[in-house]
Amino acid sequence: MYVAVKGGEAAIANAHQLLADRRRGDRSLPAISIDQIVAQLGLAVDRVMAEASLYDRELAALAVRQARGDMIEAIFILRAYRTTLPRFGMSVPVDTAAMKIERRVSATYKDLPGGQLLGPTFDYTHRLLDPSLLTDEPVAEPLRRPVDEGSMMRVSDILSGEGLIEGDGQMPQDHVPGDLTREPLEFPLNRDLRLQALARGDEGFLLALAYSTQRGYARTHPFVGEVRIGTVEVEMDIPELGFAVSLGRIQVTECQMVNQFQGSTKTPPQFTRGYGLVFGQSERKAMAMSLVDRALRAKEFGEDIVAPAQDEEFVISHSDNVQATGFVEHLKLPHYVDFQAELDLVRRMRAEYETRAEAEKTGTMREAAE
Amino acid sequence: MDAIREKRDASADQRKRTMGLLARATAAELQAGWQAVEPKPEVHPVRGPETGLIMVRGRVGGGGDAFNLGEATVSRAAVRLASGEVGHGQLLGNDREKARLAAIFDALQQRPEHRQTVLRMVEAIEGRIEVEDRLQAEQTAATRVDFFTMVRGDN
Repeated sequence: MYVAVKGGEAAIANAHQLLADRRRGDRSLPAISIDQIVAQLGLAVDRVMAEASLYDRELAALAVRQARGDMIEAIFILRAYRTTLPRFGMSVPVDTAAMKIERRVSATYKDLPGGQLLGPTFDYTHRLLDPSLLTDEPVAEPLRRPVDEGSMMRVSDILSGEGLIEGDGQMPQDHVPGDLTREPLEFPLNRDLRLQALARGDEGFLLALAYSTQRGYARTHPFVGEVRIGTVEVEMDIPELGFAVSLGRIQVTECQMVNQFQGSTKTPPQFTRGYGLVFGQSERKAMAMSLVDRALRAKEFGEDIVAPAQDEEFVISHSDNVQATGFVEHLKLPHYVDFQAELDLVRRMRAEYETRAEAEKTGTMREAAE
Repeated sequence: MDAIREKRDASADQRKRTMGLLARATAAELQAGWQAVEPKPEVHPVRGPETGLIMVRGRVGGGGDAFNLGEATVSRAAVRLASGEVGHGQLLGNDREKARLAAIFDALQQRPEHRQTVLRMVEAIEGRIEVEDRLQAEQTAATRVDFFTMVRGDN
Protein backbone atom coordinates (compact mmCIF):
# COMPACT_ATOMS: atom_id res chain seq x y z
CA MET A 1 0.00 0.00 0.00
CA TYR A 2 1.29 3.42 -0.89
CA VAL A 3 0.27 6.60 0.90
CA ALA A 4 1.41 10.14 0.30
CA VAL A 5 4.15 11.13 2.68
CA LYS A 6 5.45 14.64 2.93
CA GLY A 7 8.53 16.00 4.56
CA GLY A 8 11.40 14.59 2.49
CA GLU A 9 11.89 17.45 0.03
CA ALA A 10 14.83 19.11 1.72
CA ALA A 11 16.52 15.80 2.47
CA ILE A 12 16.09 14.64 -1.15
CA ALA A 13 17.43 17.89 -2.59
CA ASN A 14 20.44 17.77 -0.28
CA ALA A 15 21.04 14.10 -1.05
CA HIS A 16 21.10 14.85 -4.77
CA GLN A 17 23.52 17.70 -4.21
CA LEU A 18 25.71 15.34 -2.22
CA LEU A 19 25.45 12.77 -5.03
CA ALA A 20 26.63 15.40 -7.53
CA ASP A 21 29.57 16.18 -5.28
CA ARG A 22 30.57 12.54 -4.83
CA ARG A 23 30.18 11.92 -8.54
CA ARG A 24 32.62 14.69 -9.30
CA GLY A 25 34.95 13.44 -6.58
CA ASP A 26 38.30 15.02 -5.76
CA ARG A 27 38.30 18.44 -7.44
CA SER A 28 42.09 18.41 -7.73
CA LEU A 29 41.69 15.68 -10.37
CA PRO A 30 40.54 16.56 -13.90
CA ALA A 31 36.92 15.67 -14.65
CA ILE A 32 36.50 12.73 -17.03
CA SER A 33 35.07 13.74 -20.40
CA ILE A 34 32.42 11.98 -22.47
CA ASP A 35 34.97 11.56 -25.28
CA GLN A 36 37.35 9.86 -22.87
CA ILE A 37 34.65 7.46 -21.70
CA VAL A 38 33.73 6.60 -25.29
CA ALA A 39 37.38 6.12 -26.27
CA GLN A 40 38.80 4.44 -23.17
CA LEU A 41 35.88 2.69 -21.48
CA GLY A 42 34.30 1.61 -24.75
CA LEU A 43 33.13 -1.81 -23.63
CA ALA A 44 31.28 -0.32 -20.67
CA VAL A 45 29.62 2.07 -23.11
CA ASP A 46 28.74 -0.84 -25.40
CA ARG A 47 27.13 -2.79 -22.58
CA VAL A 48 24.98 0.19 -21.67
CA MET A 49 23.89 0.62 -25.30
CA ALA A 50 23.08 -3.07 -25.68
CA GLU A 51 21.03 -3.42 -22.53
CA ALA A 52 19.37 -0.03 -22.81
CA SER A 53 18.53 -1.17 -26.35
CA LEU A 54 19.59 2.21 -27.71
CA TYR A 55 22.59 2.64 -29.99
CA ASP A 56 24.19 5.99 -29.23
CA ARG A 57 27.73 5.98 -27.85
CA GLU A 58 27.72 9.58 -26.62
CA LEU A 59 24.47 9.26 -24.72
CA ALA A 60 25.56 5.91 -23.27
CA ALA A 61 28.84 7.48 -22.10
CA LEU A 62 26.91 10.36 -20.57
CA ALA A 63 24.76 7.82 -18.74
CA VAL A 64 27.86 5.98 -17.47
CA ARG A 65 29.28 9.23 -16.14
CA GLN A 66 26.00 10.32 -14.59
CA ALA A 67 25.59 6.90 -12.94
CA ARG A 68 29.14 7.01 -11.52
CA GLY A 69 29.92 3.82 -13.42
CA ASP A 70 26.90 1.90 -12.09
CA MET A 71 26.00 -0.01 -15.25
CA ILE A 72 22.39 -0.86 -14.45
CA GLU A 73 21.72 2.71 -13.33
CA ALA A 74 23.25 3.95 -16.61
CA ILE A 75 21.10 1.49 -18.59
CA PHE A 76 18.03 2.70 -16.68
CA ILE A 77 18.81 6.37 -17.48
CA LEU A 78 19.30 5.65 -21.17
CA ARG A 79 16.11 3.57 -21.35
CA ALA A 80 14.22 6.43 -19.75
CA TYR A 81 15.66 8.87 -22.26
CA ARG A 82 14.59 6.74 -25.23
CA THR A 83 10.97 7.04 -24.17
CA THR A 84 11.15 10.80 -24.79
CA LEU A 85 11.99 10.38 -28.49
CA PRO A 86 9.58 9.77 -31.36
CA ARG A 87 10.16 6.75 -33.56
CA PHE A 88 10.84 7.54 -37.20
CA GLY A 89 10.59 3.98 -38.49
CA MET A 90 12.31 0.65 -38.93
CA SER A 91 15.63 -0.08 -40.56
CA VAL A 92 16.12 -2.48 -43.40
CA PRO A 93 17.45 -5.63 -41.62
CA VAL A 94 21.22 -5.27 -41.21
CA ASP A 95 23.34 -7.57 -43.37
CA THR A 96 25.91 -9.22 -41.12
CA ALA A 97 27.38 -11.14 -44.08
CA ALA A 98 28.58 -7.77 -45.44
CA MET A 99 30.09 -6.75 -42.10
CA LYS A 100 33.38 -4.78 -42.05
CA ILE A 101 35.17 -7.29 -39.87
CA GLU A 102 37.16 -6.27 -36.79
CA ARG A 103 37.33 -9.75 -35.32
CA ARG A 104 36.19 -13.13 -36.54
CA VAL A 105 36.94 -16.52 -35.08
CA SER A 106 35.52 -19.98 -35.54
CA ALA A 107 35.98 -22.93 -33.20
CA THR A 108 34.70 -25.39 -35.79
CA TYR A 109 36.84 -24.71 -38.85
CA LYS A 110 40.53 -23.94 -38.73
CA ASP A 111 40.95 -22.89 -42.34
CA LEU A 112 37.76 -21.10 -43.17
CA PRO A 113 37.57 -18.56 -46.01
CA GLY A 114 38.76 -15.19 -44.70
CA GLY A 115 40.69 -16.85 -41.90
CA GLN A 116 40.74 -16.50 -38.15
CA LEU A 117 41.10 -12.82 -37.29
CA LEU A 118 41.74 -12.28 -33.59
CA GLY A 119 41.22 -8.52 -33.57
CA PRO A 120 41.49 -6.56 -30.32
CA THR A 121 40.82 -9.49 -27.97
CA PHE A 122 41.44 -10.22 -24.30
CA ASP A 123 41.85 -13.89 -25.27
CA TYR A 124 45.35 -15.28 -24.72
CA THR A 125 46.29 -12.40 -22.42
CA HIS A 126 47.59 -13.64 -19.09
CA ARG A 127 45.16 -11.59 -17.03
CA LEU A 128 48.04 -10.13 -15.04
CA LEU A 129 47.62 -6.57 -13.82
CA ASP A 130 49.67 -4.31 -16.03
CA PRO A 131 51.61 -1.76 -13.98
CA SER A 132 52.46 0.21 -17.13
CA LEU A 133 48.83 1.36 -17.15
CA LEU A 134 49.36 3.05 -13.79
CA THR A 135 51.16 5.73 -15.73
CA ASP A 136 50.45 7.21 -19.10
CA GLU A 137 53.13 5.44 -21.08
CA PRO A 138 53.13 5.70 -24.87
CA VAL A 139 51.32 2.88 -26.68
CA ALA A 140 52.74 1.43 -29.89
CA GLU A 141 50.77 1.73 -33.13
CA PRO A 142 49.14 -1.54 -34.20
CA LEU A 143 50.90 -3.59 -36.87
CA ARG A 144 49.46 -3.74 -40.36
CA ARG A 145 49.36 -6.41 -43.01
CA PRO A 146 47.96 -6.40 -46.54
CA VAL A 147 44.33 -7.37 -46.61
CA ASP A 148 43.32 -10.69 -48.08
CA GLU A 149 40.48 -9.58 -50.34
CA GLY A 150 37.53 -11.86 -50.61
CA SER A 151 34.33 -12.42 -48.75
CA MET A 152 34.07 -13.54 -45.16
CA MET A 153 31.41 -16.14 -45.64
CA ARG A 154 29.41 -17.09 -42.63
CA VAL A 155 30.28 -20.47 -41.15
CA SER A 156 26.61 -21.42 -41.12
CA ASP A 157 26.64 -21.00 -44.92
CA ILE A 158 29.57 -23.43 -45.24
CA LEU A 159 27.67 -26.18 -43.42
CA SER A 160 24.40 -25.41 -45.12
CA GLY A 161 26.07 -26.11 -48.46
CA GLU A 162 26.19 -29.76 -47.39
CA GLY A 163 22.71 -29.66 -45.89
CA LEU A 164 24.17 -30.67 -42.53
CA ILE A 165 22.78 -27.72 -40.60
CA GLU A 166 19.38 -26.20 -40.23
CA GLY A 167 18.71 -23.00 -42.16
CA ASP A 168 18.41 -19.45 -40.86
CA GLY A 169 15.25 -18.92 -38.86
CA GLN A 170 12.10 -18.50 -40.88
CA MET A 171 8.94 -17.10 -39.37
CA PRO A 172 5.46 -17.90 -40.68
CA GLN A 173 4.62 -16.08 -43.91
CA ASP A 174 3.52 -12.44 -43.57
CA HIS A 175 4.82 -12.44 -40.01
CA VAL A 176 5.42 -8.91 -38.71
CA PRO A 177 8.39 -8.87 -36.33
CA GLY A 178 7.10 -8.50 -32.77
CA ASP A 179 8.17 -5.47 -30.78
CA LEU A 180 8.17 -5.75 -27.01
CA THR A 181 8.52 -1.98 -26.66
CA ARG A 182 5.08 -1.58 -28.23
CA GLU A 183 3.09 -4.66 -27.21
CA PRO A 184 3.00 -6.37 -23.82
CA LEU A 185 4.57 -9.84 -23.93
CA GLU A 186 2.19 -12.76 -24.20
CA PHE A 187 3.62 -16.23 -23.74
CA PRO A 188 4.43 -18.35 -25.63
CA LEU A 189 6.57 -16.05 -27.78
CA ASN A 190 7.86 -16.37 -31.30
CA ARG A 191 11.60 -16.61 -31.75
CA ASP A 192 11.85 -13.05 -33.12
CA LEU A 193 10.45 -11.59 -29.90
CA ARG A 194 12.67 -13.82 -27.79
CA LEU A 195 15.71 -12.58 -29.69
CA GLN A 196 14.67 -8.96 -29.11
CA ALA A 197 14.30 -9.63 -25.40
CA LEU A 198 17.62 -11.50 -25.21
CA ALA A 199 19.47 -8.79 -27.15
CA ARG A 200 18.56 -6.29 -24.41
CA GLY A 201 18.73 -8.85 -21.58
CA ASP A 202 21.13 -8.61 -18.66
CA GLU A 203 24.54 -9.97 -19.58
CA GLY A 204 25.08 -11.52 -16.16
CA PHE A 205 21.72 -13.27 -16.15
CA LEU A 206 22.17 -14.65 -19.66
CA LEU A 207 25.73 -15.69 -18.90
CA ALA A 208 24.58 -17.65 -15.85
CA LEU A 209 21.81 -19.36 -17.80
CA ALA A 210 24.17 -20.18 -20.67
CA TYR A 211 26.63 -21.62 -18.16
CA SER A 212 23.87 -23.72 -16.64
CA THR A 213 23.20 -25.35 -20.03
CA GLN A 214 26.87 -26.28 -20.28
CA ARG A 215 26.82 -27.81 -16.82
CA GLY A 216 24.00 -30.14 -17.75
CA TYR A 217 20.80 -28.18 -17.15
CA ALA A 218 19.49 -28.56 -20.72
CA ARG A 219 22.56 -29.76 -22.50
CA THR A 220 22.87 -28.51 -26.09
CA HIS A 221 26.42 -29.65 -27.05
CA PRO A 222 27.47 -26.31 -28.44
CA PHE A 223 30.35 -25.27 -30.69
CA VAL A 224 31.08 -21.68 -31.61
CA GLY A 225 30.55 -21.86 -35.35
CA GLU A 226 31.57 -18.26 -35.53
CA VAL A 227 31.87 -15.03 -33.60
CA ARG A 228 32.22 -11.89 -35.67
CA ILE A 229 32.52 -8.27 -34.58
CA GLY A 230 32.42 -5.32 -36.93
CA THR A 231 30.33 -2.59 -38.45
CA VAL A 232 27.20 -2.95 -40.55
CA GLU A 233 25.32 -0.40 -42.59
CA VAL A 234 21.96 0.81 -41.25
CA GLU A 235 19.54 1.69 -44.04
CA MET A 236 16.07 3.16 -43.81
CA ASP A 237 13.38 3.57 -46.44
CA ILE A 238 12.59 7.22 -47.10
CA PRO A 239 8.97 7.29 -48.27
CA GLU A 240 9.40 10.69 -49.96
CA LEU A 241 12.17 9.27 -52.14
CA GLY A 242 10.95 5.75 -52.75
CA PHE A 243 14.31 4.16 -51.88
CA ALA A 244 16.36 3.23 -48.84
CA VAL A 245 19.32 5.38 -47.81
CA SER A 246 22.19 4.63 -45.46
CA LEU A 247 22.13 6.41 -42.09
CA GLY A 248 25.64 5.31 -41.19
CA ARG A 249 27.21 2.26 -39.62
CA ILE A 250 26.85 0.60 -36.25
CA GLN A 251 29.08 -1.92 -34.58
CA VAL A 252 27.56 -5.28 -33.68
CA THR A 253 28.70 -8.66 -32.40
CA GLU A 254 27.20 -11.80 -33.89
CA CYS A 255 27.52 -15.38 -32.65
CA GLN A 256 26.50 -18.49 -34.55
CA MET A 257 26.35 -21.37 -32.10
CA VAL A 258 26.22 -24.82 -33.68
CA ASN A 259 24.51 -27.46 -31.59
CA GLN A 260 24.03 -31.19 -31.72
CA PHE A 261 21.77 -32.98 -34.04
CA GLN A 262 18.10 -33.16 -34.52
CA GLY A 263 16.35 -35.40 -36.91
CA SER A 264 13.22 -37.42 -37.23
CA THR A 265 11.78 -40.03 -39.52
CA LYS A 266 10.99 -37.17 -41.90
CA THR A 267 14.06 -34.97 -41.63
CA PRO A 268 17.62 -36.29 -41.72
CA PRO A 269 19.90 -35.62 -38.75
CA GLN A 270 21.46 -32.18 -38.86
CA PHE A 271 23.09 -29.61 -36.62
CA THR A 272 20.79 -27.10 -34.96
CA ARG A 273 21.68 -23.50 -34.19
CA GLY A 274 21.45 -20.75 -31.64
CA TYR A 275 21.84 -17.12 -32.63
CA GLY A 276 23.22 -14.08 -30.85
CA LEU A 277 23.34 -10.48 -32.08
CA VAL A 278 24.25 -7.59 -29.80
CA PHE A 279 25.00 -3.87 -30.19
CA GLY A 280 28.67 -2.98 -29.87
CA GLN A 281 31.57 -5.26 -29.03
CA SER A 282 30.14 -7.81 -26.65
CA GLU A 283 31.28 -11.31 -27.35
CA ARG A 284 30.38 -12.83 -23.99
CA LYS A 285 26.84 -11.52 -24.30
CA ALA A 286 26.42 -12.66 -27.92
CA MET A 287 27.67 -16.15 -27.03
CA ALA A 288 25.43 -16.40 -23.97
CA MET A 289 22.49 -15.15 -26.02
CA SER A 290 23.03 -17.81 -28.68
CA LEU A 291 23.19 -20.59 -26.07
CA VAL A 292 20.00 -19.38 -24.40
CA ASP A 293 18.29 -18.91 -27.79
CA ARG A 294 19.01 -22.55 -28.59
CA ALA A 295 17.88 -23.77 -25.17
CA LEU A 296 14.61 -21.85 -25.52
CA ARG A 297 13.87 -23.64 -28.79
CA ALA A 298 13.34 -26.90 -26.85
CA LYS A 299 9.66 -27.12 -27.66
CA GLU A 300 10.31 -26.57 -31.36
CA PHE A 301 12.59 -29.64 -31.38
CA GLY A 302 10.37 -31.73 -29.12
CA GLU A 303 12.92 -31.74 -26.31
CA ASP A 304 11.86 -32.25 -22.71
CA ILE A 305 11.70 -29.00 -20.76
CA VAL A 306 13.65 -29.85 -17.65
CA ALA A 307 15.84 -26.85 -16.91
CA PRO A 308 15.47 -23.12 -16.18
CA ALA A 309 17.22 -22.07 -19.41
CA GLN A 310 14.49 -23.84 -21.43
CA ASP A 311 11.63 -22.15 -19.60
CA GLU A 312 10.68 -19.26 -21.86
CA GLU A 313 8.46 -17.44 -19.42
CA PHE A 314 11.01 -17.73 -16.63
CA VAL A 315 13.94 -16.59 -18.78
CA ILE A 316 12.30 -13.75 -20.67
CA SER A 317 10.35 -12.42 -17.68
CA HIS A 318 13.53 -12.08 -15.64
CA SER A 319 16.13 -11.11 -18.23
CA ASP A 320 15.47 -7.37 -18.20
CA ASN A 321 17.66 -5.72 -15.59
CA VAL A 322 15.74 -2.44 -15.57
CA GLN A 323 12.54 -4.25 -14.65
CA ALA A 324 14.40 -6.44 -12.18
CA THR A 325 16.16 -3.59 -10.44
CA GLY A 326 12.95 -1.58 -10.32
CA PHE A 327 11.09 -4.29 -8.49
CA VAL A 328 13.91 -5.34 -6.19
CA GLU A 329 14.98 -1.80 -5.34
CA HIS A 330 11.48 -0.49 -4.75
CA LEU A 331 11.55 -2.48 -1.51
CA LYS A 332 13.68 0.24 0.08
CA LEU A 333 11.06 2.92 -0.52
CA PRO A 334 8.76 3.74 2.40
CA HIS A 335 6.44 0.85 3.21
CA TYR A 336 5.55 2.27 6.62
CA VAL A 337 1.83 1.63 6.37
CA ASP A 338 2.26 -1.88 4.96
CA PHE A 339 4.61 -2.69 7.71
CA GLN A 340 2.35 -1.19 10.40
CA ALA A 341 -0.47 -3.38 9.15
CA GLU A 342 1.74 -6.46 9.29
CA LEU A 343 2.99 -5.49 12.73
CA ASP A 344 -0.60 -5.21 13.99
CA LEU A 345 -1.36 -8.59 12.47
CA VAL A 346 1.63 -10.33 13.99
CA ARG A 347 0.82 -8.76 17.41
CA ARG A 348 -2.74 -10.05 17.18
CA MET A 349 -1.54 -13.50 16.15
CA ARG A 350 0.94 -13.49 19.01
CA ALA A 351 -1.78 -12.49 21.51
CA GLU A 352 -4.03 -15.30 20.23
CA TYR A 353 -1.16 -17.76 20.45
CA GLU A 354 -0.40 -16.73 24.00
CA THR A 355 -4.05 -16.91 25.06
CA ARG A 356 -4.28 -20.38 23.53
CA ALA A 357 -1.08 -21.51 25.20
CA GLU A 358 -2.30 -20.14 28.53
CA ALA A 359 -5.64 -21.92 28.11
CA GLU A 360 -3.91 -25.19 27.26
CA LYS A 361 -1.68 -24.83 30.29
CA THR A 362 -4.63 -24.24 32.66
CA GLY A 363 -6.46 -27.12 30.95
CA THR A 364 -3.55 -29.51 31.57
CA MET A 365 -3.25 -28.39 35.18
CA ARG A 366 -6.96 -28.97 35.67
CA GLU A 367 -6.66 -32.45 34.16
CA ALA A 368 -3.74 -33.25 36.43
CA ALA A 369 -5.69 -32.05 39.41
CA GLU A 370 -8.70 -34.23 38.60
CA MET B 1 10.83 5.07 -72.04
CA ASP B 2 13.51 2.62 -70.93
CA ALA B 3 16.16 5.21 -71.53
CA ILE B 4 14.29 7.69 -69.36
CA ARG B 5 13.82 5.11 -66.64
CA GLU B 6 17.48 4.15 -66.75
CA LYS B 7 18.48 7.76 -66.47
CA ARG B 8 16.15 8.23 -63.53
CA ASP B 9 17.51 5.06 -61.85
CA ALA B 10 21.06 6.26 -62.39
CA SER B 11 20.31 9.63 -60.84
CA ALA B 12 18.46 7.91 -57.95
CA ASP B 13 21.49 5.67 -57.40
CA GLN B 14 23.76 8.71 -57.41
CA ARG B 15 21.52 10.51 -54.95
CA LYS B 16 21.30 7.46 -52.67
CA ARG B 17 25.09 7.13 -52.69
CA THR B 18 25.57 10.84 -51.98
CA MET B 19 23.07 10.77 -49.13
CA GLY B 20 24.79 7.73 -47.62
CA LEU B 21 28.12 9.55 -47.68
CA LEU B 22 26.59 12.75 -46.28
CA ALA B 23 25.30 10.62 -43.39
CA ARG B 24 28.87 9.61 -42.60
CA ALA B 25 30.39 13.07 -42.92
CA THR B 26 31.94 14.70 -39.88
CA ALA B 27 30.58 18.02 -38.68
CA ALA B 28 33.81 19.67 -39.83
CA GLU B 29 33.50 18.21 -43.34
CA LEU B 30 29.95 19.49 -43.69
CA GLN B 31 30.86 22.94 -42.33
CA ALA B 32 33.82 23.22 -44.70
CA GLY B 33 31.62 22.07 -47.58
CA TRP B 34 29.09 24.75 -46.74
CA GLN B 35 31.83 27.40 -46.73
CA ALA B 36 32.73 26.30 -50.27
CA VAL B 37 29.21 26.81 -51.60
CA GLU B 38 29.00 30.07 -53.60
CA PRO B 39 26.65 31.79 -54.00
CA LYS B 40 24.87 30.72 -50.81
CA PRO B 41 21.33 29.67 -51.69
CA GLU B 42 18.23 30.68 -49.80
CA VAL B 43 17.15 27.67 -47.69
CA HIS B 44 13.79 27.17 -46.01
CA PRO B 45 13.17 24.49 -43.40
CA VAL B 46 10.45 21.99 -44.31
CA ARG B 47 10.82 19.60 -41.39
CA GLY B 48 13.10 19.51 -38.39
CA PRO B 49 15.93 19.24 -37.79
CA GLU B 50 14.75 16.73 -35.22
CA THR B 51 16.10 13.72 -33.35
CA GLY B 52 14.20 10.48 -32.95
CA LEU B 53 14.65 6.74 -33.08
CA ILE B 54 14.88 4.06 -35.65
CA MET B 55 14.26 0.43 -34.75
CA VAL B 56 17.28 -1.45 -36.06
CA ARG B 57 16.40 -4.88 -37.35
CA GLY B 58 18.50 -7.99 -37.60
CA ARG B 59 17.74 -11.35 -39.17
CA VAL B 60 17.10 -14.57 -37.27
CA GLY B 61 20.21 -16.71 -37.73
CA GLY B 62 21.86 -13.90 -39.69
CA GLY B 63 19.95 -14.43 -42.93
CA GLY B 64 16.43 -15.44 -41.90
CA ASP B 65 13.37 -13.36 -41.20
CA ALA B 66 13.62 -9.97 -39.50
CA PHE B 67 13.56 -9.35 -35.76
CA ASN B 68 13.83 -6.11 -33.82
CA LEU B 69 17.35 -5.79 -32.42
CA GLY B 70 17.10 -2.41 -30.68
CA GLU B 71 16.81 1.27 -31.42
CA ALA B 72 19.32 3.88 -32.53
CA THR B 73 19.15 7.66 -32.42
CA VAL B 74 18.63 9.33 -35.78
CA SER B 75 18.59 13.02 -36.67
CA ARG B 76 16.83 14.20 -39.78
CA ALA B 77 15.82 17.34 -41.58
CA ALA B 78 14.14 18.40 -44.80
CA VAL B 79 14.78 21.75 -46.47
CA ARG B 80 13.56 23.55 -49.60
CA LEU B 81 15.64 25.83 -51.75
CA ALA B 82 14.09 29.03 -53.05
CA SER B 83 14.25 27.38 -56.47
CA GLY B 84 11.97 24.58 -55.21
CA GLU B 85 14.27 21.58 -54.75
CA VAL B 86 13.61 19.62 -51.55
CA GLY B 87 16.53 17.98 -49.77
CA HIS B 88 16.50 15.28 -47.09
CA GLY B 89 19.18 14.68 -44.51
CA GLN B 90 19.17 11.73 -42.12
CA LEU B 91 21.97 10.23 -40.09
CA LEU B 92 22.66 8.22 -36.96
CA GLY B 93 23.19 10.20 -33.77
CA ASN B 94 22.08 13.39 -32.12
CA ASP B 95 23.67 16.02 -34.31
CA ARG B 96 20.75 17.96 -35.74
CA GLU B 97 22.98 20.58 -37.34
CA LYS B 98 24.67 17.83 -39.34
CA ALA B 99 21.26 16.57 -40.46
CA ARG B 100 20.29 20.07 -41.56
CA LEU B 101 23.49 20.55 -43.55
CA ALA B 102 23.12 17.09 -45.11
CA ALA B 103 19.60 18.06 -46.22
CA ILE B 104 20.93 21.26 -47.77
CA PHE B 105 23.58 19.36 -49.73
CA ASP B 106 20.97 16.85 -50.89
CA ALA B 107 18.95 19.77 -52.23
CA LEU B 108 22.00 21.40 -53.79
CA GLN B 109 23.03 18.26 -55.66
CA GLN B 110 19.80 18.63 -57.59
CA ARG B 111 20.94 22.06 -58.87
CA PRO B 112 23.26 21.92 -61.89
CA GLU B 113 25.34 24.90 -60.69
CA HIS B 114 26.05 23.24 -57.30
CA ARG B 115 26.23 19.59 -58.31
CA GLN B 116 29.99 19.54 -58.85
CA THR B 117 30.68 21.20 -55.50
CA VAL B 118 28.58 18.59 -53.71
CA LEU B 119 30.14 15.72 -55.65
CA ARG B 120 33.66 16.94 -54.87
CA MET B 121 32.77 17.11 -51.21
CA VAL B 122 31.28 13.62 -51.01
CA GLU B 123 34.20 12.20 -52.95
CA ALA B 124 36.52 13.64 -50.32
CA ILE B 125 34.35 12.07 -47.61
CA GLU B 126 34.42 8.76 -49.45
CA GLY B 127 38.20 8.96 -49.72
CA ARG B 128 38.55 9.63 -46.01
CA ILE B 129 36.28 6.67 -45.17
CA GLU B 130 38.24 4.39 -47.50
CA VAL B 131 41.50 5.32 -45.81
CA GLU B 132 40.00 4.64 -42.38
CA ASP B 133 38.49 1.34 -43.51
CA ARG B 134 41.75 0.22 -45.08
CA LEU B 135 43.73 1.04 -41.96
CA GLN B 136 41.26 -0.86 -39.82
CA ALA B 137 41.24 -3.83 -42.21
CA GLU B 138 45.04 -3.94 -42.34
CA GLN B 139 45.31 -3.79 -38.57
CA THR B 140 42.81 -6.64 -38.35
CA ALA B 141 44.68 -8.61 -41.03
CA ALA B 142 47.82 -8.41 -38.87
CA THR B 143 45.94 -10.42 -36.22
CA ARG B 144 45.17 -13.23 -38.64
CA VAL B 145 46.32 -16.64 -37.43
CA ASP B 146 48.78 -18.43 -39.71
CA PHE B 147 48.45 -22.04 -38.70
CA PHE B 148 51.32 -24.40 -39.21
CA THR B 149 51.43 -28.09 -38.47
CA MET B 150 54.06 -29.53 -36.19
CA VAL B 151 55.54 -32.57 -37.91
CA ARG B 152 56.02 -35.37 -35.43
CA GLY B 153 59.30 -37.14 -35.76
CA ASP B 154 59.23 -40.94 -35.97
CA ASN B 155 62.39 -41.57 -34.00
